[in-house]
Amino acid sequence: MPSSPLELYFPLLVQALLGIGLAIGLVGGSFLLGQKVRSKTKESPYECGMAPIGSAGERFSVKFYLVAMLFILFEIEAVFLFPWVVVFRELKMVAFVEMFVFVILIFTGFIYIWGKGVLDWSKSALTQPGSAPVAPSPNARVLSHH
Amino acid sequence: MPANFIPTTADYLRTLPEIILIVAGTLLMLLEGLAGERNRKGTGPIALVAILAAFGAAFLAGLDNRGPAFQNFLIIDDFATFFRLLVLVVGAFSVLCSMSYFERENNDTGEYYALILFSLVGQCLLASSNELIMVFIGLEISSIATYILCGFQRDDRRNNESAIKYFLLGSFATTFLLYGVAWIYGMTGTTKLDEIGKLVADPRAIDTPWMVAACCALMFVGFAFKVSAAPLQSWTPDVYQGAPAPVTMFMSAGPKAAAFAVFLRVFTTGFSTLGESWMPVVWISALLTMIVGNFAALTQSNIKRLLAYSSIAHAGYVLVAIAARSEIGTAAALFYLASYAFMNLGAFAIVTQFSRAKERYVLVEDLAGLSQRQPVTAALFTVFLLSLIGVPLTSGFFGKFYIFKAAIDSKLFWLTVLGLLNSAVAAYYYLRIIVVMYFHEPGQSADTAPAPAPGISITMWASAVMIVVLGVYPGLLLRFATISSFLPK
Repeated sequence: MPSSPLELYFPLLVQALLGIGLAIGLVGGSFLLGQKVRSKTKESPYECGMAPIGSAGERFSVKFYLVAMLFILFEIEAVFLFPWVVVFRELKMVAFVEMFVFVILIFTGFIYIWGKGVLDWSKSALTQPGSAPVAPSPNARVLSHH
Repeated sequence: MPANFIPTTADYLRTLPEIILIVAGTLLMLLEGLAGERNRKGTGPIALVAILAAFGAAFLAGLDNRGPAFQNFLIIDDFATFFRLLVLVVGAFSVLCSMSYFERENNDTGEYYALILFSLVGQCLLASSNELIMVFIGLEISSIATYILCGFQRDDRRNNESAIKYFLLGSFATTFLLYGVAWIYGMTGTTKLDEIGKLVADPRAIDTPWMVAACCALMFVGFAFKVSAAPLQSWTPDVYQGAPAPVTMFMSAGPKAAAFAVFLRVFTTGFSTLGESWMPVVWISALLTMIVGNFAALTQSNIKRLLAYSSIAHAGYVLVAIAARSEIGTAAALFYLASYAFMNLGAFAIVTQFSRAKERYVLVEDLAGLSQRQPVTAALFTVFLLSLIGVPLTSGFFGKFYIFKAAIDSKLFWLTVLGLLNSAVAAYYYLRIIVVMYFHEPGQSADTAPAPAPGISITMWASAVMIVVLGVYPGLLLRFATISSFLPK
């Protein structure tokens, strides 16, 4: 049995070392053993993918950020649901009511963003006031943001 | 499962103000999402009604339903009631002024009022939190809503600057507080303030007392930022200047009072036995805050920026009361915060009105000759400024009087002398505004000044009446402040 707090953390240390070792080993191994062929294609950002168009400093639609933020919000909801399920039997009605309130609050947020047209990526929503007007180019870049 | 885990009716009744505000705020968000632009006129009044209902609930809870709520995580004592009522009053007047402001700016939206309500929830929680996690959550609820409010006019560059600065610096300062909380938990194994207080007082319980002092210092950083005390005051002028005028009004009175509330509670209930260690820090901070605020305000030409520096200076006076470490000191701080809230509400109400669309007229010079064009507005502004100076017959006089009396009672003679000298310096920049209003020739900005909108008129008059009434009968508020100043040690 581990006796001191430090011994308790020993498995964690082993795991951390294993993780770091694996990362260094794989990258270092391929660096040492792999063949080095330098060509224009090889050095491009996406070797086997799309050919890059324009510069990387483009402005792009704020909707990317919105979606990322909303994803985090709703994911947190899911994260809270997992421990809730585990203790649900023990806490019974209290847990049910608490989670109900929490879900209602999140749901309000959902209705709000829906009403604001954040989830609507079609052209009609994009021309509405309040949302970023997006040029019909394949890059979907924002021309101006009011 | 412990039996007291299940919330009782008393728990809900004691936190009814917060519940009302949350429900109303959520409702406003729903309305904004579902009805969109059609129902915007109704959002401000809904918020106002919710705040009044919460005020009633807080009053009733304070009257005959005091006690701990939710396993002592919150405590509804007289101290909490005082601050809950104060921030709700500030919130109500801010909503009144905001309705006029956003009608003028043509940007009336439900989110704004929802955010005000959420911020008030955070401030009410701060006032009543009896546990460090609740302190943190309350601080975050209040702050995050305020960060957004600062940048509410999205197409205004000043708003954007204000919001980003406040957000970045505010989050950074909060991490200090959180780090202090983590350390305290590591040392004592609890986050409840009363238990921390007992353990810190017990020399056998803590084997590294210097680390408790370090926790105190870390948490002081977090609180000092929120109350804009030196040396963490540098965000205040930029944020107050850039934010929409009614938001500045709200921020400088409500969240600041709530931050002082939690500051007082944590340092009195949690760390009163360490008073010898943290008192010098508060002493120096109080002096620096007064000096920085007053001397920087001397050269300001923008009236919002000037009032921001003045707000820093006033935080310094309240810190003097905290440095006194006595119940009289706490009572003086409560009285001062309440009377300062009214001065600020009044002054910013006039700034809100006078600045006009896009806040074009925010310079001291723009007020030139206002007394000839709008004698009533100029007279009321004079009352607020005289109260900010601390002239007798205004509540500001008694506020300063009680604070310095408490400081002398605690033998802080030097701080008292330096504080009084500072008040003399402060008189200069407040009187300058009065001189500009009364003795300068009216310019184009005074000629075109519109008559005050109804909401702003109400705020101006109510604040002026409160200031004069408290200046003549300070006992009305002082009695409540004295009852509320009791914090368990």
